[in-house]
Amino acid sequence: MTPVNVEHPDFLWRNPDPAPGYDVVVVGGGGHGLATAYYLARNHGIRRVAVLEKGWLAGGNMARNTTIIRSNYLWDESAAIYEHALKLWEGLEEDLGYPLLFSQRGVLNLAHTLQDVRETRRRVYANQLNGVDAEWLEPEQVAEVCPIVNTSPDVRHPVLGATYQPRAGIAKHDYVAWGFARRADEYGIDLIQDCEVTGLDIRGGRIVGVDTTRGRIATGKVALAAAGHTSVLAAMAGLRLPLQSHPLQALVSELLEPVHPTVVMSNAVHVYVSQAHKGELVMGAGIDSQNGYGQRGSFHIIERQMAAALELFPVFARAHLLRSWAGIVDTTPDASPIVGLTPVAGLYLNCGWGTGGFKATPGVGWCFAHTVAHDRPHPYNAPFTLERFTSGALVDEHGAAAVAH
Amino acid sequence: MQLIPCPWCGPREEAEYHYGGQAHIAYPEDPQGLTDEQWAQYVFFRDNPKGPFAERWLHNAGCRRWFNAVRDTATHRLLAVYRSGEPRPEVSSR
Amino acid sequence: MSAPFRLPGRGLVDRGTELEFRFDGRSYTGHPGDTLASALLANGVHRVATGIEYGRPRGIVSAGVEEPSALVQIEAPFPEPMLQATTVELYSGLVARGLAGRGRLAPGPDPARYDAVHAHCDLLVVGAGPAGLTAALAGARDGQRVVLLDDQPQPGGSLLGSAETVDGRPGPEWAAGAAAELAGHPDVRVLGRTTAFGCYDDGFVLALERRTDHLGAAAPAGMSRQRVWRLRAGRIVLATGAHERPLVFADNDRPGIMLAGAARTYLHRYGVLAGRQVVVCTTDDSAYRAAVDLADAGATVAAVVDARPRVPEAWAEECARRGIEVRAGEVVTGTSGSERITRAHTVPYAGGQLNGLRRGIDCDLLLVSGGWNPVAHLYSHARGALRYDPARGAFLPDGELPGIRVAGSARGCVTLAECLADGARTVGQLPPPATEPVPEPTPGLVLWSVPDPSEQDGGAPRPRFVDLQRDATVADVLRATGAGLRSVEHVKRYTTIGTAHDQGRTSGVIASGIVAEALGVDIAALGTTTFRPPYTPVSFAALAGRDRGALFDPVRVTPLHGWHTAHGAEFENVGQWKRPRYYPLAGESMEAAVLRECRAARGSVALMDGSTLGKINVQGPDAGELLDRVYTNLMSTLKPGSARYGVMCGVDGMVLDDGTVIRVAEQEFLLTTTTGNAATVLDWMEEWLQTEWPDLRVTLTSVTDHWVTVPLVGPASRAVLAAVAPDLDVSNAAFPFMTWRDATVAGVPARICRISFSGELAYEVNVRGWEGLRVWEALLAAGEPYGITPYGTETMHVLRAEKGYPIIGQDTDGTVTPQDLGLGWAVSKKKPDFLGKRSFTRAENLRTDRKQLVGLLPEDPDLLLPEGAQLISGATLPAPPVPMHGHVTSSYRSAALGRTFALALVKAGRECIGDTIHVPLEDGVHPVLITDPVLYDKEGARRDG
Repeated sequence: MTPVNVEHPDFLWRNPDPAPGYDVVVVGGGGHGLATAYYLARNHGIRRVAVLEKGWLAGGNMARNTTIIRSNYLWDESAAIYEHALKLWEGLEEDLGYPLLFSQRGVLNLAHTLQDVRETRRRVYANQLNGVDAEWLEPEQVAEVCPIVNTSPDVRHPVLGATYQPRAGIAKHDYVAWGFARRADEYGIDLIQDCEVTGLDIRGGRIVGVDTTRGRIATGKVALAAAGHTSVLAAMAGLRLPLQSHPLQALVSELLEPVHPTVVMSNAVHVYVSQAHKGELVMGAGIDSQNGYGQRGSFHIIERQMAAALELFPVFARAHLLRSWAGIVDTTPDASPIVGLTPVAGLYLNCGWGTGGFKATPGVGWCFAHTVAHDRPHPYNAPFTLERFTSGALVDEHGAAAVAH
Repeated sequence: MQLIPCPWCGPREEAEYHYGGQAHIAYPEDPQGLTDEQWAQYVFFRDNPKGPFAERWLHNAGCRRWFNAVRDTATHRLLAVYRSGEPRPEVSSR
Repeated sequence: MSAPFRLPGRGLVDRGTELEFRFDGRSYTGHPGDTLASALLANGVHRVATGIEYGRPRGIVSAGVEEPSALVQIEAPFPEPMLQATTVELYSGLVARGLAGRGRLAPGPDPARYDAVHAHCDLLVVGAGPAGLTAALAGARDGQRVVLLDDQPQPGGSLLGSAETVDGRPGPEWAAGAAAELAGHPDVRVLGRTTAFGCYDDGFVLALERRTDHLGAAAPAGMSRQRVWRLRAGRIVLATGAHERPLVFADNDRPGIMLAGAARTYLHRYGVLAGRQVVVCTTDDSAYRAAVDLADAGATVAAVVDARPRVPEAWAEECARRGIEVRAGEVVTGTSGSERITRAHTVPYAGGQLNGLRRGIDCDLLLVSGGWNPVAHLYSHARGALRYDPARGAFLPDGELPGIRVAGSARGCVTLAECLADGARTVGQLPPPATEPVPEPTPGLVLWSVPDPSEQDGGAPRPRFVDLQRDATVADVLRATGAGLRSVEHVKRYTTIGTAHDQGRTSGVIASGIVAEALGVDIAALGTTTFRPPYTPVSFAALAGRDRGALFDPVRVTPLHGWHTAHGAEFENVGQWKRPRYYPLAGESMEAAVLRECRAARGSVALMDGSTLGKINVQGPDAGELLDRVYTNLMSTLKPGSARYGVMCGVDGMVLDDGTVIRVAEQEFLLTTTTGNAATVLDWMEEWLQTEWPDLRVTLTSVTDHWVTVPLVGPASRAVLAAVAPDLDVSNAAFPFMTWRDATVAGVPARICRISFSGELAYEVNVRGWEGLRVWEALLAAGEPYGITPYGTETMHVLRAEKGYPIIGQDTDGTVTPQDLGLGWAVSKKKPDFLGKRSFTRAENLRTDRKQLVGLLPEDPDLLLPEGAQLISGATLPAPPVPMHGHVTSSYRSAALGRTFALALVKAGRECIGDTIHVPLEDGVHPVLITDPVLYDKEGARRDG
C-alpha cells in the first residue's frame, strides 16, 4: 500500500482567549493572515500579535482553492512578488518544519488561438527576462509533458502550444496554513478562532483598537487579511475599496491512479486541473459573474467546467465528481491585489488577490509583515497601491496572464 | 441555478442573464470637471455589501433589456426586481 | 453453478435469468435485480476491497449509497473507477475488481453518449420509499404535475428490504401498486435509477438518470448512457430516508461486519443470506428485526448484544422464541478473523465503561446498528439548517425552507406507519395505508465509539475505524484534538475522515461525537461537516452532457465557407468563427502562400471573405448623437454616402474596438466591429443606451449575418468591379475614397464601400448573405484576366501591418490608448465628452514614456521576430531582472518590402524612431531599428489606384 496520510506534528497550536491588547492585530486567520503573523515574528521580532479568525483557521479560501503555485505573470510588478513567493515556497517545508506536499511538477498554460500564442509567448519572453523559468512548448512537447492532454488538431479549440514553468506546482493548502500557524503559535502569537471583528476603533485618523465578538482588543496596528470579506471590514473604517466579491467554485474527484503528471491551465477552454498527491483530480471552475458572499456557486458553471475538462482531457470522462464547493474571491478592476497603507494610520490592507491568493501566501506574508512593521510598503508590494486606480498606473493582468490563478 | 424574474418576461433561468454590477451609478454630469479621485471613484469603485444590493441585470438570452434588482448577496435571494429608471424599492432582507 | 447463499423462494431478483460476471479474476453468476454486492454475497464473497493505508481486507458494509468499504473498479464493458459494489446493478459480462483505494481511468475516450433534459412540475418527490410514495400519491390524486424520483430500479425504498406489510400486502407489492397508480396519472412521471444529487434555489433539483448501465454490453447504441435531469419544481418533498450508523470498535473493518439493516435488505430484496452464524450488536431496536428475520431464514443467530441496560421486551420475546440469546448491557469490543470475521469479542458495558470479562462468540457475520442518520444532504444543499437530536444521536433537518418539505425517516420518523402518514400529509387529507402493529420503541443509546479493551489493559491498541475508505481511526481523531484542533472541519482535514465516497454519510456524525467527547463540549454546538453537492458521485461525462466536441462551442461559418473548404483554405479560429487563414496551392508552404497572396493584392487584385466583421445597424433620430458619445471621434457630421474610421474606448480610456462607420441615411448608420468583438460592442452600446441614455431615440440591430462582405483589393480592383457592376461609375471622382454606393453587382443589389485596410485601391462589396457565393464567384470570374487571388487573414494582417494599421486585440492589450496607437487624429478635440475622454488626463496617461506603436526593422532583413518578443536597450543581456522597453505585437515577412518587419509597442516609441533597440532571442540578442509604423506607401498614393 502507498501510505496516503502525512505525519502531522503532535501539536499545532494553543487556543488562547484574546488578551486586552496587542502590538498588531491581524484580521483573518487564513493563509495570508497566518503567514503575515509568522513573518512579523520571524523577520521583525514582533510577537505581541493576535490573529483573529471569525470561523476556524484557514477555513476560507485557504481551504477552498486549487493549490496552484506559479510565478509566470506578465508584468514586472507581478512577476517580482510571485517569484519572491515561489522562492520562499522552495524553502518553506524546511523553514516551517512541516510536510507541505509541495510538488514542483510544472504548470502548462495552454494556447488555443493564434492570439493566445502571441500573448503567451510574450509572457514567456517577459518571464525569462525577469528571471522566471518559463518556456514555450509546441503541441508535441505539450504531449510529452502531459500525455493525456488532447493535442489533436481536430478538436474544437486545438492546443497550439503552451507555456511551461517547470518550477511551478502544487502544495497541500491546509498543511501550509497549519505550518504557518504552528510556527506563529510557537512564537507566542495568539491565534484566536471564533472571533469576529465587529468594529474598528479609529480616533483622530489612527486605529486604536478592534471590537470583536470576544471583546475589545486595543492595538495600534490592524492588518486586514480577510479576502472576500475585506469590503465589509473596510466599511467599518469608512473605506470604500475597488473590490467585488464573487463565488468561485472548485471540485474534486475520487482517488485515481496517477494519470496527470503536471498542472494544466487553459484560458480559452477554461480549465485548471491537477492531480493531488493522494490521487484526486482537483479542478477549478469559473467564477460566478454576480457578487456573492454565499460560499456557493451556480451549478451550471460546474457543468460547463466538466465540458471544458473533457475537451482537453477525454480520459476524464468516467472520473466522478465527489464534492464541489465555493470560496469568495475579492476581485479588483485590474486583476492585481492591493497591498499597502490606507488613509487610516495603523490600518493596513491586503486584499484583491481574486483567484490567485494561494500561490502568493509566503510572498505576501513576507511583504505585508514588512509593510506593517515599517509602516511603509516592501518594494515588492509598493506598486500594488490603492492610489493606482486614481493615477491609472494599473497592473493589468487581465488576459495577460492566461487564467488568473 | 436561480430563477430570476425579468420584469418584462417573468421568471427565467439564471443562465439567461448577464450581470451588470451595482445599479444607480449615474454617469457624471461633467466628467471633465471631476478630480482624478472623483473620476476614479466612478470608473473603478463600486459598493460590495454583504446583504441587500441594488444591481443591474441584462436579460441577455431573452428580451435583451437591462433592469435592476435588489438581491441579498449573503443569501443570493432576489428581494425585488424593477425596470431601469424606476427608483429602488424599499425591501428588507428575508 | 448455483450461488450457495441464495435462498430459495426469497427476494425480488429474476431467478429465471442467470447473469455471468467476473470479479477479481473469477467467474460468478447472479440474476437481474442483483447488485454486484448482492451477487458477491450470494456467492459467499465477502472480501471485496483492500484498505488504502494499512492494506487490510475490506468487505461489504451496507446495501446502498452509504457504502464506505466495498469500492470496485469496473474493467468491462468499459473501465470506470471506484464504484460502490452496492450501487452497481449486475449485468451479463460485467468484469470488476476490488480496489485498494484508487481507481483507474480508461486510457481511451468514452464511447458513450450523455445528455441532459429539463422538466417542470408542481411537486417533486425525491425518494420512492413509504413516505415518498404516499406524498406522490397525495399530489397525483390532487391533480398536480408530479415527478417522483428514486435511485433504485424499482419503487419501495426500505420496503424492498423488509418483511413488513402495507394495506395487508407485502411492502414491495404495495409499492409496485402505488407506482402503477402513479403511472396512470397523465401528469405524473416516475423516474427510477435516478438519483437527485443537488438541491438549489427556487425549486431547482439536479438528478442523474442511469439509463443503460444495467444493460451492460446490451445497451442500445443510440441511447444516452446517463442523463442529467434539470428539474424545476413548485414544491419539493425530500423523502430521502435514513442511513444506519455503524458502530466503532476495535477491528470493526473486517469483511463480514455489516449494518443490520443491510443484512435485511440482502435477505428480503436479493434472497441472499449474508452469513450463517450471526452476532448482532446494537444500540437501538431496529437491529432486532434483522436478527429475527435472519433466524427465520435459517441463519443461526448466536446472540443479540445490546449496549443498552434495558432491552426491548417485545423483541426480546421474539428472540427467545427463536432461541436467540439477548445480552443487555454488552458491546462488541473487537473481532478476530483475517479475510473474514470469525469471532466477535463482547464485554459487559455500563455507564460508558467496559466492566467485565471478555467473551468470544464465533460468527461469520456481525451485524451492527448504532442508530440512524436521516439523509439531510439535499436539505443542506438548499441551505436548510440541521439540529442535533440527542435522543437519536443524529442531525435532523431543522426549521423550514420555502417550497421544501422533508418527510418520513429523513425527518426522523421511526416506524413505517409514521413514514406513510408523514408522506400522505403532503397534500390534503390522504388517509395513510394500514400497517402492522409494532412494539413500543425503547429509546436508543448514543454510542460514538466502544472503548478498546486492549488499550484499557495497557496493551497495543487495535485500530477502531471511523472512516473505512480513508482508513482513519479513533486514534487519528484523538491525535487531532490533542494537537489543538477544536473544529470538526479541522479534524476532518487532519484525519481525512469524510472526504471519500462516504462524504460523511457513515463517518461524519460519529467523528463529531468522538471530538465532542474528547473535548468535553456539546456536539450540538460543535456541529458536523457540511454536506455539499453532489449527494452521490456523478461522472464528469454526465455533467458535460452533449456540450462536447463541435457542441462545446458553436462554430460559425460564413456563406462562403463551402467554397473556402473546396479551395483548400487553411482555417483559423477567431472567436467562434472559422476564417480562412491562407489558401495554399498544392505543396505550397504557408510562407510562400502568404507572399503570393500579398503580391497579388499589391500588384494586381485579390479578394477575401470579410463577412465575419461585426456589423451593427444604428437607426433613429438620435443615432448620430449616440455614436458621438461612444466613438472618440465625431460621427454625427458624417454625410449620407460617406464612411469614417472610428475608435471606441472604455471609460478607462483604453481602446475597446475600432471599425468603419457609414451613414446610410439621415437617421441610419451601419458600423463595423472587429470579428471577435461584435457581441461585446453591441452589448456595450445597448448598455449605455438602455441604462444611461434611455432618452436617445435609437435602436441597435446586429446585422453581421445578413451580409457577405468581400474586400476587393489591389490596383486592378477598379477594373474588376467595373466588369461586374456595369451601371456603377467607379471613377475616383464619382466614387472617392471613404464613400459608399449602392449598385447592382453580378445582377444582385450590393452596397460597395471604398475603404481600405491594405492601403491599396479597394472596394468592400456587401451583398445579402444568400447571394454571397454568386457574387464571390462573379468577382473571381471577372478578375481572372488579372490573376485575381483569394487571400486569408494572414495576408490581411501583413498588408495592414505594412501600412501601420493596428489590430485591436493583437497590437493592443487593454492598456493602450488611441494616442498610444498614433490614432490621436481620431480623437475629437471638439466634443465636450465621449466615453473614455476623462481618463486621458489622468497622471498615468500624461506620462511621456507610455508605450507607443512603432515599426521595427531587424538589422538582419531575413530575421522574422517572434511575436511577443521583448525589447531591451543593450546588445548584451544582463542578469535578470532585465528592464523591458516594449514587445513585438505583429511580425511578418513582407513581399512589398522584400524583408521582414514588425510592429511593436515601445516606451516613448515615437521619440525613439531612428534608434536601435534589441531583441533577445534564444540564439542571441538582435538589433532592430525603430521606425515609423507606416512602412509602405507612406504618402497614401496607392489607395486611389
